Amino acid sequence: MAKQVSVSENKQYVVFQIADQEFGVDIHKVSIIEKFMNITRVPSTPDYIKGVVNLRGEIIPVMDLRTKFGLPYKDADDDTRIIMLKFNDVTLGVIVDSVAEVVSFAEEEMESVTTITNDRTLDYVVGIGKVDNRLITVLNIEKLITELTEREQGV
Amino acid sequence: MDMNQYLDIFVEESREHLQSLNSSLLELEKDPSDKGVLNEIFRVAHTLKGMSGTMGFTRMQRLTHHMEDVLDALRNDRLSADSNIVDILFKCLDALENYVNTVYSTGGEGTSEYREIVDSLADILKKSGIPAKAAKASAKKPKEKPVKEKESAVVKTEEAASSAKELVEFNQYDINIMKKAFEAQMNVFQIHVEFDKGCLLKSARAFIVFQVLERNSDIIKSVPSVQDIEDEKFDFEFTVVVITNNDKELFEQEINSVAEVVGVHVTPITPEMLGISPEELQVRDEKTEGQGASEAEEAGGAQAAQEQKKAHRTGKTVRVDIDRLDVLMNLVSELIIIKNGLENQMNAKDYSAWSESIEYLERVTTNLHDAVMKVRMVPVEAVFNRFPRMIRDIARELGKDIELKMSGVDTELDRTVIDEIGDPLIHILRNCADHGIEPREERAKLNKPPMGSIYLRAYQDGNNVVIEVEDDGRGIDIAKTRKRIIEMGLESPEIVNSLSEKEVIDYLFRPNFSTADKITGLSGRGVGMDVVKTKIEALGGTVEVETKSGVGTKFIIRLPLTLAIIQALLVRIGSEKYALPLSSIREIDNIKFEDVKMVRNREVVILREMVIPLVRLNEVLDVKDAVPDEKKKHLTVVIVKKGDKLTAFSVDSLIGQQEIVIKSLGRIMQGVKYIAGATILGDGNVALIVDSNSLAL
Repeated sequence: MAKQVSVSENKQYVVFQIADQEFGVDIHKVSIIEKFMNITRVPSTPDYIKGVVNLRGEIIPVMDLRTKFGLPYKDADDDTRIIMLKFNDVTLGVIVDSVAEVVSFAEEEMESVTTITNDRTLDYVVGIGKVDNRLITVLNIEKLITELTEREQGV
Repeated sequence: MDMNQYLDIFVEESREHLQSLNSSLLELEKDPSDKGVLNEIFRVAHTLKGMSGTMGFTRMQRLTHHMEDVLDALRNDRLSADSNIVDILFKCLDALENYVNTVYSTGGEGTSEYREIVDSLADILKKSGIPAKAAKASAKKPKEKPVKEKESAVVKTEEAASSAKELVEFNQYDINIMKKAFEAQMNVFQIHVEFDKGCLLKSARAFIVFQVLERNSDIIKSVPSVQDIEDEKFDFEFTVVVITNNDKELFEQEINSVAEVVGVHVTPITPEMLGISPEELQVRDEKTEGQGASEAEEAGGAQAAQEQKKAHRTGKTVRVDIDRLDVLMNLVSELIIIKNGLENQMNAKDYSAWSESIEYLERVTTNLHDAVMKVRMVPVEAVFNRFPRMIRDIARELGKDIELKMSGVDTELDRTVIDEIGDPLIHILRNCADHGIEPREERAKLNKPPMGSIYLRAYQDGNNVVIEVEDDGRGIDIAKTRKRIIEMGLESPEIVNSLSEKEVIDYLFRPNFSTADKITGLSGRGVGMDVVKTKIEALGGTVEVETKSGVGTKFIIRLPLTLAIIQALLVRIGSEKYALPLSSIREIDNIKFEDVKMVRNREVVILREMVIPLVRLNEVLDVKDAVPDEKKKHLTVVIVKKGDKLTAFSVDSLIGQQEIVIKSLGRIMQGVKYIAGATILGDGNVALIVDSNSLAL
């Protein structure tokens, strides 16, 4: 933290874990983080859409990032969280194993990733941030949400 | 001054005035000698003129001004309202509507001048030899409102008059405006005003000065800005630039007469001072009026497009009767009382009072729901009132005599329904006018009154609102429709001939189906009735048609009173709960498994000798943990009615009837098959609402 020049140049990211990997999302896109709650399944939707939840009277769709990224299924436990992400007036909940903290780093410190591998997660990666020898994969929320809204409109 | 905050009010009020103008004009057409109506029209035009003037919409103001001249002549019997004049007044109304719509979507009035309307208004007066008062006003070019434009070159010119300060800085826009003023041979003055140093209310004084200026001129620039002056953010002096027909002395006199003004310096600005050569002005002068206008309009197009971007959009509003708000207020205060009561009772552990309070709470929430729903209700008048004009225009176009008779215009519907119901009604009305009502000669032959009638009725029927459109025309030609069905290859002749009249009529609601022999501007293209049906069904309503050859056709539209809350049957399928709208459910039965049969590879149930197709909800909804048939004693089915057809939906068990609030699934989940929405249950969980309409066979 000492080498950081000033806070204003850094962007803040909410860091969470899925299958021992650390991911980050832009804090401005996070509207709230909820404990795991009852999800109502919605028929004829892709498998990574777990269903909908009631977030204080609003119906919010929830996506399982493990399924989306092709990682093995895991039952919800006390650490499981649903992060409510908001972009373009669309709210989407994503299920993650646990939420750790908020970190900040400058955009220059983020390394872009090449898409030479077949790793499906990489489609949604903005870059990899390095903080104290940790690698944090920053996710592209815009893409995640836009893709879903466009999918439905395409049908 | 910033008028944005008044735009909403302006649009809202203008629309009201235009609406009353519309109905008055229709009345005037019926009885051109009615002085009361004329006075009303004059009053509306005058109000609109004032309103648009205040908002700085000069084009709109000019048009209403010309209207006023003609209306005044009509009022004073110097003219009589013939159909030509009424037509032109209708055109004015359309033009004004366009202005208001442009204001609504862009925040500015746009650049259309409607010169031909203004000219024809002037013509009317000219022909009857009445001097046009507006003529002078029209010679004055409309003031161009300076719009943003920051990047423009800033021109500074040296001081001209010794007594005045330097010229203020002008941007390209200011210069353009002044150029126009020079072309119109108006004076441009820079006026520098100084107040007494002891002046306490300098912004108030400045306000008075501005009033004086606004009375005599158009202010095009102020340094510091008007906003700053209003906020007292200026020293004891300020400078304004005005365009006027008046001369220097008048300003010096009038401003000096304002208290605490100690110095007024009026500097005339000449083209030379701005670096505009006289030739440049000359060139512009030579252009003919017409050319200039079209050019201005063209140039304006680009500007309008730009304005569109910044798009000041006014929101959707509902006008609410203050009494209704009072009811809401009262209910909310009751809620607070209950909350306090509950707190007390909990502390005192008084459980009998507690349950009483809960009951009370239930009553209040029901009332609250009612009250909120009422706030959302709008009389159908809001959609109906544009129809008389529409029918008039259609009747003219088709050369028929048609009268629209409306009733029940104060019947109320939810605002969302009101917004959607307009288009389907227009379609139906047009159909009635075009296909239904016969031409004059034909009506005469049939011994029908020459004036065709279309009735538009609205009334409440239980939890529904019914809208009927009825004409006394020729009715739907069933034989011809049958022929069309065969011609279009939709069914084989044998099947078509076995269809009942009602089934034949259903084909009219199919896409691309048209029986019109010729395509007119109004209908016959085969798009329309299917759209009507889809739209009404999307609103949760139904359409029926009754027709009698030679007597007329009647469209009956049933719409739910409100959309947000419905009665539903909650059912369990496996571990999941679903809601089925009660309105579509006919009955619930337990069917023995021997009554479940296969017919043509489809499962059906036999109920009281009826064969009803069976839809297994657990299969279509893909429920994994549904109870298998072997574990059930009988099959519980919910019989759903769609039109005249029945479908049986199998469920695992019933939970009960409940009033549910419909929630949208949001953009991501929109359009999910078989699901109409979601609702939140008492335990906070979400239950999906089954779209029984799309599932029914």
